[in-house]
Amino acid sequence: MSGAAATADPHRLGRSSGLRHAASENAGGGLRAKRIITGYGFWIFLLSDIIMFSAFFATYAVLVGNTAGGPSGKDLFDLRNVAIETALLLFSSFTCGIGSIGAETRRGSWFYGAMSVTFLFGAGFIALEIHEFAGLVAQGAGPTRSAFLSAFFTLVGCHGLHVTAGLLWLLTMMAQVYAKGYRADILRRILCFSLFWHALDIIWVALFTVVYLMGAGQ
Amino acid sequence: MLGKLSWEAIPYDQPIPMAASTVVGLVIIGVLGWVTVKGYVPYLWKEWITSVDHKRIGVMYCFLALVMLLRGFSDAIMMRSQQALAFQSPGYLPPEHYDQIFSAHGTLMIFFVAMPFVIGLMNFAVPLQLGVRDVAFPTLNSVSFWLTATGALLVNVSLVVGEFARTGWLPYPPLSELKYSPGVGVDYYLWALQISGVGTLLTGVNFVTTILKIHAPGMTYMRMPMFCWTALASNLLIVAAFPILTATLAMLLLDRYLGFHFFTNEAGGNMMMFMNLIWAWGHPEVYILILPAFGVFSEVVSTFSRKPLFGYRSMVMATMVICLLSFTVWLHHFFTMGAGADVNAIFGIMSMIIAVPTGVKVFNWLFTMYGGRIEYSTPLLWSLGFMVTFVVGGMTGVLLAVPPADFVLHNSLFLVAHFHNVIIGGVLFGAFAGYNYWFPKAFGFRLDERLGKAAFWCWIVGFYVAFMPLYVLGLMGMTRRMQHYDVPAWHPWLLVAALGAAIILAGIGFQVAQLVVSIRHRDELRDLTGDPWNGRSLEWATPSPPPAFNYAVLPQIEGEEAYWDIKQRAFERLQLRDEPEYREIEMPRNSATGFVCAFFASFMGFALIWHIWWLVGVAAFGAVATFVVFAWRDEVEYIIPAEEVARIDRANRSARRAVLEQMRVAAQ
Amino acid sequence: MSDFDPEGATDVAPGEDEAEGVLTYVVGLGLAVVLTIVSFFIAGNSLVWGPSIPVALTVLAVAQMGVHLVFFLHITTGPDNVNNVMALAFGVLIVLLIMAGSLWIMAHMNHNMMPMEQMMQMQR
Repeated sequence: MSGAAATADPHRLGRSSGLRHAASENAGGGLRAKRIITGYGFWIFLLSDIIMFSAFFATYAVLVGNTAGGPSGKDLFDLRNVAIETALLLFSSFTCGIGSIGAETRRGSWFYGAMSVTFLFGAGFIALEIHEFAGLVAQGAGPTRSAFLSAFFTLVGCHGLHVTAGLLWLLTMMAQVYAKGYRADILRRILCFSLFWHALDIIWVALFTVVYLMGAGQ
Repeated sequence: MLGKLSWEAIPYDQPIPMAASTVVGLVIIGVLGWVTVKGYVPYLWKEWITSVDHKRIGVMYCFLALVMLLRGFSDAIMMRSQQALAFQSPGYLPPEHYDQIFSAHGTLMIFFVAMPFVIGLMNFAVPLQLGVRDVAFPTLNSVSFWLTATGALLVNVSLVVGEFARTGWLPYPPLSELKYSPGVGVDYYLWALQISGVGTLLTGVNFVTTILKIHAPGMTYMRMPMFCWTALASNLLIVAAFPILTATLAMLLLDRYLGFHFFTNEAGGNMMMFMNLIWAWGHPEVYILILPAFGVFSEVVSTFSRKPLFGYRSMVMATMVICLLSFTVWLHHFFTMGAGADVNAIFGIMSMIIAVPTGVKVFNWLFTMYGGRIEYSTPLLWSLGFMVTFVVGGMTGVLLAVPPADFVLHNSLFLVAHFHNVIIGGVLFGAFAGYNYWFPKAFGFRLDERLGKAAFWCWIVGFYVAFMPLYVLGLMGMTRRMQHYDVPAWHPWLLVAALGAAIILAGIGFQVAQLVVSIRHRDELRDLTGDPWNGRSLEWATPSPPPAFNYAVLPQIEGEEAYWDIKQRAFERLQLRDEPEYREIEMPRNSATGFVCAFFASFMGFALIWHIWWLVGVAAFGAVATFVVFAWRDEVEYIIPAEEVARIDRANRSARRAVLEQMRVAAQ
Repeated sequence: MSDFDPEGATDVAPGEDEAEGVLTYVVGLGLAVVLTIVSFFIAGNSLVWGPSIPVALTVLAVAQMGVHLVFFLHITTGPDNVNNVMALAFGVLIVLLIMAGSLWIMAHMNHNMMPMEQMMQMQR
């Protein structure tokens, strides 16, 4: 790890290779301001994403009873599976936090180690979800069976797509750090990624509560 | 291999689309040919297509809007002429065609004329007014523009290849479901809007961040120009509302493509949920359009009354109140869907309440003008026309907000007249005012005043002649979107309305002439100092057009109307402020990311529409790869040396010094 | 962006903590695990009075979202976080309006329809 870091990472705090350091407004405060601005912009984007999820949530809530004579949540949901998925995502949020500390303090073992675990847990979550979806389709409870199932697959599936996109993003981030070191713009992107990942876990809290826990109880 | 696409997709048997697309095709080839032969391609690529400069992007947005206005207006002429002719006769447009025309008219006008126009004006003016160099995310800004252009491209391609939706500008299910709209029309609509919707959402994120987090030293929130406040409110609404549109259209797409049952008749679908969600987006959308127009009027009215805006704090309050309330009224678009009196009453009352802050704004504009020394320039004429017209439209809106009245008038021509009243009188007049007002800043020369005024008068007279009859017709019971009718009493009114459309056409003719003549006479109309209107806000402190970096040194703001105070002091002393200390400036590099991403998005959209799955995969991969390539860049900025900054600023200073010299000579 | 922002310079980016440490993540994880276990327990058991289960689950979910926001995303009520909190509040407001508004409207959609029993009677 350190061998790779020595060649790939200039370890220059806040300066990109190939950029002349401008004297004026950019001194010191500029990069700090950039980090705040980038983080805030991504925060606003995340809020818009949460609003999109709320539209799917609202639709789910409206259509939850429209089972068209087919199976309902009570018949279909396996809470043990959901519990494992929840644990995986929650712990991956934790390791993401550790990984971002690793990036800020430029500790390669922390960064690569924790982020790899994050990736594995996230991938495990997706694997379990795909397995669940495949099982539902196999027993004739696919998204085309009823409005309830359409809403269920879309809401949970949308979250799963976001997690998958996050996993691809994480791989790209790890590759960037490996190739270019802890450059300021790469650190900004890692900040955005961790915002994204934590937000997905927040959405999952709402999901497992409203869809699975309340659905299984009906 | 090519999905559903085949040669039959081209409407050989329909003369109008064939003729229109041939003409447009020849024009496009002609323009591209001329540009290539004259050697402008490298210039266009470097200075415009790959530009991440907010001023350039703003101009491109407005250009897109004006071109699409022509297309949308030709749809309007076709509708008016059809309705004028179709009394006890089939007219000249068969129903399948007429339905596409009114759907395309609405879709183009809202999404590809009004939205790009206001976004373009915000893009151009907001960073200048805040005293900063660019928006928070310049490359993302370019992506936003090019994705919007992709959406416009797809809607226009549907004219030649395939068909457009026949469902109106909002595709209500079950008509828009696959069973009742099996063709590609609705898919063109859906993918065009999904793709451009991403662009618009990114604009919202960009501007909220810019306005809240980036401004010149000393510019607190309460010292921002009114246009920036309305831009903030509008972009907050974009961030809040467009995700709903994305989700709702996605659900319809899932129904159509994968057989889901969100809004179908069978298997428990609930199509009323579509109406609910689409209007939860749709109502904030119209406020997204009108708020920047209100901001333009605030700027224009105070500039041409030579007075500061009256009641700045109440204007800010009113703007933010409108922003919040716009999320509490959406059911008034479907009072008749059956939610019952209690629900209808609440939303009806909220709809009336939202008229109050708008009234506050109108009174503030009137009080601004009162006691001022008014100059009746073209932008001010548009503002005055707006004030009268928008108030009329707003009042008919309050009428419609009364549920029992709406039960009679819903989906009649009264409704059509109302929303054209507020959109044309509000959004379009505001856009034209902003266009005339900021044109000299963007291009360095003013637009011809006489032709501008002629255009205004034709537009406003034409508007009233075209749309007042529609109010009458609505009260007489005529429904919207009628391809033919046989009620004799309606016919004369529709003839008058068609005449009105012809007068508006003359107005558009004058606007085209204004542009051509102004370009030809640009030396006489040159704006030498950068301040042609004796403006009050910061953008008039820059040269026209401003350099890439906007300000040589970021201005230090000490009060509201910072530029006006600076100017007054300069006029008193007949001397400019001391030359600032020039330093080098870092600016973001151009990037082809936006254009390339939109290129792939266009193919992806087209492939999705025609079910060419392999192309979907390739194009999607390309779009994602574009971003990764962009993220892998090492060189993100370039340096403008201090000498260059000094040279540009000194040139502007000497032009302004010349004016002061003239004043000194005149005073002696 | 090379602009100077006097207000922003004292701001904190969302997701950032000036005094970042592993402890906040550990505490957050612990709290979240507890809340999750309680949620699953309540849902699967009849120890809590039945009709109040949805309310309890909602409260636990909101609490856990708060834990995430504070311990993982470092959103606090300090003066340097004002913009972040305002943005969050705006988002939450919109979410509530959409969810509550949609549910209220859709629940009323058949308000003017004849009751089913009456309709069936008319068919006979």
